[in-house]
Amino acid sequence: MQLARVIGTVVATVKNESLKGRKLLVVQTLDRNLESTGKPMVAIDAAGAGIGELVFWCRGKEASFPFKREDTPTDCTIVGIVDSDAHVTR
Amino acid sequence: MIIARILGTVVCTQKDERLIGKKLLIVRPINVDGSDTTGYVVAVDTVGAGFHERVLVVAGSSARLAQGMKDVPVDAAIVGVIDTVDVTSP
Repeated sequence: MQLARVIGTVVATVKNESLKGRKLLVVQTLDRNLESTGKPMVAIDAAGAGIGELVFWCRGKEASFPFKREDTPTDCTIVGIVDSDAHVTR
Repeated sequence: MIIARILGTVVCTQKDERLIGKKLLIVRPINVDGSDTTGYVVAVDTVGAGFHERVLVVAGSSARLAQGMKDVPVDAAIVGVIDTVDVTSP
């Protein structure tokens, strides 16, 4: 799992049936100093995150586990919201 | 998931029988601002996407979780056609 900042939203009307009703957010991965690292990704939201929030996300097949795990095609899912930047001890 | 643009098609007569009837497209990953990156991926289309459209591509074993892709040997699937990407900060 990695820390990331939610920086945007994606709207896709035409999508795979199994993604219907899921919220798509753009996340920028952060390093341990909360600096941007790597390219932004599109993630499905499983935690109710919003723009600007610090979140953590998991990638790979495990990303589908918060949903119907055999039916949700995602490799990047927001699984938690960090209470605040100050809660990241470094 | 990554954002990508469709660059072309692949025609392949001799293939695994589980891939019969599946549309194969060449996609290039792009940045959230729409600018091109390098490289390409051959992805299976699950939504009926067309040339030059921006799409959502799910990679890895999660690609098999898309509807209609069960037990199909794929590691990249197009699961959505993007209407808008709204990013507040880079």
